[in-house]
Amino acid sequence: MTALKVWVQGIGLLGPGLDSWASARDVMRGVQAHATAPTVLLPPARLPPAERRRAGAAVKLALAVADAAVAQAQVDPSLLATVFTSSSGEGANCHALCETLATPTPMVSPTRFTNSVHNAAAGCWHIAVASRASSTSLCAFDGSFGAGLIEAVTSVRLSGQPVLLVASDSPYPEPLHTARPLPDHFGTALLLTPEPSSQSLAQLVVTLDASPSELSTCDDPSLESLRHAVPAARALPLLAALARPRAKQRIVLDYLPRLRVQIDLA
Amino acid sequence: MTPLAITASTLTTALGAGRAATLAALQAQRSGLAPLRFENLPLATWTGEVEGVDAIALPDKLGAYDCRNNRLAWLGLQQDGFLDAVDAARRRWGAGRVGVFLGTSTSGLLQTERAYRRREPGGALPADFHYGPTQNTYSLADFVAHALGLSGPGWVVSTACSSSAKVFGNAARLIAAGLIDAAVVGGVDSLCLTTLYGFNSLELLSGDICRPWDGARDGLSIGEAAAFALVERESAAPQSWLLGIGESNDGHHMSTPHPEGAGAIAAMCAALADAGLSAADIDYINLHGTATPSNDTAEDRAVASVFGIGTPCSSTKGATGHTLGAAGGVEALIAMLAIENGLMPAGLNVQQRDAELHLNYLLDNNHAPVRRVLSNSFGFGGSNASLVFGGVA
Repeated sequence: MTALKVWVQGIGLLGPGLDSWASARDVMRGVQAHATAPTVLLPPARLPPAERRRAGAAVKLALAVADAAVAQAQVDPSLLATVFTSSSGEGANCHALCETLATPTPMVSPTRFTNSVHNAAAGCWHIAVASRASSTSLCAFDGSFGAGLIEAVTSVRLSGQPVLLVASDSPYPEPLHTARPLPDHFGTALLLTPEPSSQSLAQLVVTLDASPSELSTCDDPSLESLRHAVPAARALPLLAALARPRAKQRIVLDYLPRLRVQIDLA
Repeated sequence: MTPLAITASTLTTALGAGRAATLAALQAQRSGLAPLRFENLPLATWTGEVEGVDAIALPDKLGAYDCRNNRLAWLGLQQDGFLDAVDAARRRWGAGRVGVFLGTSTSGLLQTERAYRRREPGGALPADFHYGPTQNTYSLADFVAHALGLSGPGWVVSTACSSSAKVFGNAARLIAAGLIDAAVVGGVDSLCLTTLYGFNSLELLSGDICRPWDGARDGLSIGEAAAFALVERESAAPQSWLLGIGESNDGHHMSTPHPEGAGAIAAMCAALADAGLSAADIDYINLHGTATPSNDTAEDRAVASVFGIGTPCSSTKGATGHTLGAAGGVEALIAMLAIENGLMPAGLNVQQRDAELHLNYLLDNNHAPVRRVLSNSFGFGGSNASLVFGGVA
């Protein structure tokens, strides 16, 4: 199997009881128990006022973690290629559109329609940072984080340029919540580079793994239930490994039913 | 990039099912568009509806995926010997070494729209609604991977109207990185209320048949389609070659293209550079050409700035409609048909050419050898992709 080597230079994190990568370090390292609390979403400071008012939860979430990863990595976001991945999208927006479309003479809001595209967060980010670099928006249901990671590391290796990976999921309101019960917002972003630098936090060697190797889990029961409940939170074992640097660690993440992603950290 | 062999392909649009039906319609300069019939919606517009989708029955073992989008995917997969070609690739490389990368914008969302019209008295969705295999954006690639017995890496790209152009890049990258040896790429998008009423709310839907490059053009006609291609690491007898890919973002506006087409220019230049070609090497350009006033104006400027105004070009959306997330795949397939048959298809429905647009826009079919084609796909969120295809001769 081909191994793809990249370096992590910035990390963004936002989720229930996880306000930022910096403030969640002790929880991720396992020295403090995870105390769940509703995810706090703030209006994206980068967006112009009109777009800021229109931004839905999924855009706020994705932009917050993207911003945090870029800030930590100290890179110029206007030159960065991006990979956005999400199992869902803007759930409240989808619900509102479907409710409107169920009426006899639907009057659809043009803003709601524009924000309904799966690449709304990517589009907003590239407008916010004035970037013409390439961007993609992926979905692989519960395996969306694995899909995004593979696309991102492949792009880093082949382009020789850094890539910002943003994985995020937002819940649907009822009645869709019953059909797809995501409990809360969760997002993470990784700034990945092709070469090490003085700012590098870790080296990742990523391979696809078709053999039934053991899936990495979270030691903290509250984080483990979050990992199960939200597709983007399938990244948690990788984030925990990044929070407690050791000589060598191997993480195996969920992707597709017959395919896992193996990550060797150094 | 190293040229990538395309070893099989198929498309199903309002022009018909399969490559032969598509070619016959292009040769006859026939449009597949007609006044809207879908769901008897009270909207004055034209659509490119595919015949017979409602009557498609999925095999029992794939029944959970039943929705209009996956029925259309299934219809598309049956054409042009595509199933046999994928079967041969699966045996050659192994099921786990063949990826599935498909584009869609709305996946099986129609299923959810219909479920919202059948809510229980307490507001719950009906019990027969299944989110994952229908509404979820990934449903399409999951369905196709199951239908084809493939277990390699896969996902859906959903970047609005550039989705199924960008999947060629995913396959090329994963093959180059050694993760896979072959991939099924393409896209499927089907008619639904969200896109019809949504584009209507933005006043981007024409009340008449869409007229790309016409001075009085007033918006698009939405179509639906399934387009698939099989790409392989090597082949003794490829159908055609993928020579280059360029991807960019406008970083300008969510639903309006950059007025000078800055992002589009970046995508076209990147595709030419990736192919190691210059503008003069391209014989025909399949334009994005949606027939909205702003798209065609911006694209005319962008293409002129890269190619000048001499290269023959056209939009085939007057024939197929704008098939949204499937458009990149559909137009990739039309590019391959153009090369194989020496046919540069006319842009249909033009009554009075827009005098402000300057490209060499084909109003009639042009028969001449076509060695290389560039195909443009641009989408909401400012997502741009350009592909370059070449013949086998």
